[in-house]
Amino acid sequence: MGISGENVLMVGVGGQGIILAGRIIGNAALKMGLEVKVSEIHGMAQRGGSVVTHVRFGRKVYSPTIEVGKADVILAFEKLEALRWLHYLRPGGTMIINDQEIYPLPVLIGKGEYPSDILENIQSKVSDTLALDALKIAVEAGNPKAANMVLLGALAAKLGFEQELWHEVIEQTVPPKTVETNIRAFDMGFERIKSPGACI
Amino acid sequence: MPKLLTGNEAVARGAYEAGVHFASAYPGTPSTEILENLAQYEEVDAQWSPNEKVALETALGACIGGARSIVSMKHVGLNVAADPLFTASYTGVNGGLVIVSADDPGMYSSQDEQDNRYYARFAKIPMLEPSDSQEAKDFTIFAFDLSEEYDTPVLLRLTTRISHGRSPVVLGERTERKVKDYSRNIEKYIVLPAHARRLHVEVENRMSRLRALAEKSPLNKVEMGDRELGIITCGAAYQYVKEACPNASILKLGFSYPVPHELIREFAKQVNRLIVVEELEPLLENEIRALGIKVEGKELFTRFGELSTEIVRKGLGMEDETSFKPEDNIPLRPPVLCPGCPHRGVFYQLNKLKAVVTGDIGCYTLGALPPLSSMDTCHCMGASIGTALGLEKARGKEFARKVVAVIGDSTFLHSGITGLMDVVYNKGTITVVILDNGITAMTGHQHHPGTGYTAKNESTSKVDLEEICRAVGVKRVVTVDCYDLERLGTVLKEEMSAEEPSVVIARRPCILWVRERERAFAVGESCIGCGACIGLGCPAISLLGTAAEINAQMCTGCGLCAQVCPTKAIVRL
Repeated sequence: MGISGENVLMVGVGGQGIILAGRIIGNAALKMGLEVKVSEIHGMAQRGGSVVTHVRFGRKVYSPTIEVGKADVILAFEKLEALRWLHYLRPGGTMIINDQEIYPLPVLIGKGEYPSDILENIQSKVSDTLALDALKIAVEAGNPKAANMVLLGALAAKLGFEQELWHEVIEQTVPPKTVETNIRAFDMGFERIKSPGACI
Repeated sequence: MPKLLTGNEAVARGAYEAGVHFASAYPGTPSTEILENLAQYEEVDAQWSPNEKVALETALGACIGGARSIVSMKHVGLNVAADPLFTASYTGVNGGLVIVSADDPGMYSSQDEQDNRYYARFAKIPMLEPSDSQEAKDFTIFAFDLSEEYDTPVLLRLTTRISHGRSPVVLGERTERKVKDYSRNIEKYIVLPAHARRLHVEVENRMSRLRALAEKSPLNKVEMGDRELGIITCGAAYQYVKEACPNASILKLGFSYPVPHELIREFAKQVNRLIVVEELEPLLENEIRALGIKVEGKELFTRFGELSTEIVRKGLGMEDETSFKPEDNIPLRPPVLCPGCPHRGVFYQLNKLKAVVTGDIGCYTLGALPPLSSMDTCHCMGASIGTALGLEKARGKEFARKVVAVIGDSTFLHSGITGLMDVVYNKGTITVVILDNGITAMTGHQHHPGTGYTAKNESTSKVDLEEICRAVGVKRVVTVDCYDLERLGTVLKEEMSAEEPSVVIARRPCILWVRERERAFAVGESCIGCGACIGLGCPAISLLGTAAEINAQMCTGCGLCAQVCPTKAIVRL
């Protein structure tokens, strides 16, 4: 893990603030003088569907999307989505998982089953798996909607850019009124990963 | 420092820097943000039009009037605007006219994945295809110059990955331009047959001159590498090619129509194996083959969906192992109507009434999915009403008692009014439900002529839906609150049984558009786990054990579940 170049795949459920988080990572990498590409999905898929944002940065980046098996990090905003996109992770890659379950409609109406052992399943395959309850931490930070910032903080701790730089980018990206809460949530996610025994 | 812009933002910026005066569009993923961004520039007169045809016609008028104009739409929007497009090719322009088509290979948010590069060929206009955001900006600026110099509309073709991909862009200053002089010129702008016959000849001459220009355009780049493999590519596919085979020789076509034949012949001579990598249809491939050049393409790469680095790699036989196999049996996560969505109650009742429902384009197309499962057809913007009338024509008045067209407010104003006129004029008796959530919702809440606000958020006159329906001759027009399930049911039943056309306007603002939330609901102890509330398909409600549960964070307090609960177990917190 370093700042030379990374493929970060962000996965989750439409409405979780993934597009904003992707923009912040992209801008942070840009500030580091790196080339950046971010690829988002808008429209119908956003209506509670499975969504994915690709973030790639490095000295030279061509494709806007990450190949299967080439993601250095998967930042999963939801557990089932972590499992759905797992095959995008490279061997030895890092999985950061928000320990939150959002049941998809087939499960809600009894037409499908939400797997009960997702964390164990992924941990058995990916040794560098970090899980945190971003929603709980965001509530502590002052707003459940800042869960995306908690996860961003967790990712930032792994990426190795200066914390200051992230603060600057967050300040420039989120609405002025929400800067304080968002930075607090970001820092709590950051500390969570930095502290020993980070996995819940 | 460069800025990280999406392709759409970059197109808007390019138009701004090129001194654009006028911009129009109808929202459609993945094109929407082009106009949204243009509307933020004070110097640009930017507007949402009721549909793409009107948007293009307005931009055409503005360009004839001497203004630099840009019009943007999604790929299927250009079908709607095709009529003025073809004639605009004949008449040409005065101020520059750039037409942006944002295609959606892979259909992330579309009903088809048509390849709009065909339109450049069909309408005989030049086409530019950027491969990233910097090019999106640069090509837009070039497009205006090209349009004015060659007296032609220019097609700027984007795809989802370009439109919604962010990459660094160096910003420039705006070059202010005077609106050009206008004078009447009927031989140019009135396509009487006698004029049009001559204009067609000019179009063919123009295409020859444009081909000569494309031959030496810096937008078409040869990157010589290993001569064993030569790849001709364009748009997003270029990036996948560079990633998969960094050492191959590449001919990248940014000015991709008219196709530069000599440049291709020259490139083909220098490589041993020639391959075309293009998304969707084999357009370049076929044209190159027609030149008598040996070339490979679609036998190696799919014509379905978008390409990717791994598809290019596999096509070239460079398959590599991945470490994790995709998991089997993961429950799907289809998009759903949001908690509190005002459309939900309408579909719930239509399902109960066993209606035959012709659908339309919008979030509400999701009413087709279980458990609401209440839609029979969906084709294109505005199709619901005509299709409903057609069903009646085929199956008679008795059947029409079951037929309901559902259409959103923005879609109704886009192209539903003419359908409704047809129902009245041709003595149909079907029912139309206008799902009026007061905004163009699916594309991210854009104003339209029924909202009372312009693209620049200025207040303006507001179309009265009830009055429009009456004006075309519908006598039965009833307005209902979407959250009043019982009345919705009664009204729908009544209007469906009426032997004359009726319109039910189901009104409630989009839940994502209104910021205020009602208090959430919760399930009390009298829940018997019957699952009645689950039938609403609300993502905030689950029934996993013996009783239903409501996710208080997601619940918006619409109260539909409380209305369907037989034991009154659901109460407001």
